[in-house]
Amino acid sequence: MSTELSEPAVLSNSYNLPDAKGRFGDFGGLYVPETLMPLVLELTQAWEDAKKDETFWAEYHSLLKFFVGRPSPLYFAERLTDYYGGAKIYFKREELNHTGAHKINNCIGQILLAKRMGRTRIIAETGAGQHGVASATVCARFDLPCVVYMGALDVERQKPNVFRMNLLGATVNPVTAGNGTLKDAMNEALRDWVTNVHDTYYMIGTAAGMHPYPEMVRDFQTVIGKETKQQIMELEGRLPDAVIAAVGGGSNAIGMFHPFIDDENVKLIGVEAAGHGLDVYNGHAASLTGGRPGVLHGNRTYLLQDDDGQILEGHSISAGLDYPGIGPEHAHLFDIGRARYVSTTDTEALEAFQLTSRLEGIIPALECAHALARVGEIAKDVGKGGIVVLNLSGRGDKDIFTVANAIGKPMSGM
Amino acid sequence: MSIARIDARFAKLKAENKAAFVAYIMAGDPDVEASFEVLKGLPAAGADIIELGFPFSDPMAEGPTIQLAAERSLKSGTKMAHVFDLIKRFRELDQDTPLILMGYMNPVENMGYARFAQTASEAGADGVIVVDCPPEEADGLTDALDANDMALIRLATPTTDDNRLKTLVKRTKGFVYYVSVAGVTGVKSASADSVKDAVARVQKASGLPVVVGFGIKTPEAAAAIARVADGSVVGSVLVDAIKNSLPEKAPVNTKVLETAAILAHAVHTARL
Repeated sequence: MSTELSEPAVLSNSYNLPDAKGRFGDFGGLYVPETLMPLVLELTQAWEDAKKDETFWAEYHSLLKFFVGRPSPLYFAERLTDYYGGAKIYFKREELNHTGAHKINNCIGQILLAKRMGRTRIIAETGAGQHGVASATVCARFDLPCVVYMGALDVERQKPNVFRMNLLGATVNPVTAGNGTLKDAMNEALRDWVTNVHDTYYMIGTAAGMHPYPEMVRDFQTVIGKETKQQIMELEGRLPDAVIAAVGGGSNAIGMFHPFIDDENVKLIGVEAAGHGLDVYNGHAASLTGGRPGVLHGNRTYLLQDDDGQILEGHSISAGLDYPGIGPEHAHLFDIGRARYVSTTDTEALEAFQLTSRLEGIIPALECAHALARVGEIAKDVGKGGIVVLNLSGRGDKDIFTVANAIGKPMSGM
Repeated sequence: MSIARIDARFAKLKAENKAAFVAYIMAGDPDVEASFEVLKGLPAAGADIIELGFPFSDPMAEGPTIQLAAERSLKSGTKMAHVFDLIKRFRELDQDTPLILMGYMNPVENMGYARFAQTASEAGADGVIVVDCPPEEADGLTDALDANDMALIRLATPTTDDNRLKTLVKRTKGFVYYVSVAGVTGVKSASADSVKDAVARVQKASGLPVVVGFGIKTPEAAAAIARVADGSVVGSVLVDAIKNSLPEKAPVNTKVLETAAILAHAVHTARL
């Protein structure tokens, strides 16, 4: 494969959003305090410049190849395919990336941008800890101090990743406000940014937040979908019938979906976290299928909120999906019907986690287990002779303690 | 009244060569009735303008003090309807003190701009500050407020350069709020010297009075700001006074109104 330099760095298809105001249809935008506005506008300009700079992309792709280990394989999940008896199921193996998830693709891009802007301090928010680990990793590699905000509850349920971040030299600040999950970590990161405006770069981990982050993070993650497209053509000689990915903020999903938006015959299917069930008030994290539009963390998007516009905490067993919003581009794709969004409960995700481990010899992240729980139905729906690609965006080592507790086999130790 | 009420208040203060003492409290902190007792006592304590916070679950520009106030308010069950009701009851007692609503975008979005503006205006509010609504996103809300003769008050900050200031002051009425430090509410403090030039710059660009807030914690600091700006905004100190009175048996309003009176006196006598 030669994804390094030969193709245009940023995909251009007929779908050309966001617009100049950072809008994807009714969603996105720039809802930030005035103190941050000049910084966000400066970031937008720096991103626009970097986007056009071949040397920027050359360095990005070189790091993806030699540091991250890309391209990640597109793998035929033979036993799972046989198990369901429908379409062929392929895994895009993002969990084989350095640091164990797709998050590193984005961090490589953003750290190069931060260096380019002369920033000397990096802050990040993290839920499951995968983005925190990826941020800490690139900060170590590029010798920049890194502060990671992480909800206190998530610190508790993702201890191995906290240890990793510390090993990599990052400072992890537990956030006790609210429920102590991803949204609270993001609030605290924004408070840090508004206080340290002169030297600090905020490395947002998902394709959400204020413009230009949804676009920028997406563009750094489209390497997933672009590789997939090329690989499936090599393996099968045609495009898949459906691509499927778990959606929290939505960066792995948009990275997979975006290169396929123009290919109308490819179904795009996102899987949200239904937690205890969509019918349980404040018991899930399905912003699209169980929320409505509002404004949070710099953008207009679908949110979990009460009648008075207060944000609900939501719930998912997966720390990475436990967020009451979703990237604005997913909100748009949902509204125009180009992508379809379904959901998976905690219980279903736990079953899929174990099934995939046993059948494929791959322990998936709990986030991906949400997509895995729906892949059988989709494969059957598409039918024999069809092709489905699932973005296996992270590995599940970090989740073994959570899963052990949930299935009643708690481990002592970490 | 509305914008006229704000203009009249600044005109009166100017005639007296006084700066405005702007007092911030959170509606519903610690509960709706206790916050009404504070609210109705503020004019007599010397507040020239009142900023009434409406609570939001995710106040991303607030320091711990105001965050906790929002938490107390929401936990006690405060809804936007209660906030408007507080204003209405306040207006029955006081027709002269401008009242500015201050909060975040989502509760406003949730109501819809038109209904929010109309309800706020009918209750007797004169202006609105929405922390996470920069000029780039403000046209819809500004239209709705204009239709109800209310001001969208803008925040200018230390990161606002001259170019940005031009964008910022478009469609602004009433006054401009200069945030004296880059940061969240109630943590860092700015010296009066450092804000003097900025205030002059914002006054010139906007043609409006400029009040200064964030990090003003003592009567001395409030007075120093009153010498270089058109008003001193105090929030976290008053909110802390509310919080500190919670374990005591005395009514919540006693301590906070005493604190407000001391600060108001310092501001009103600063230029003597």
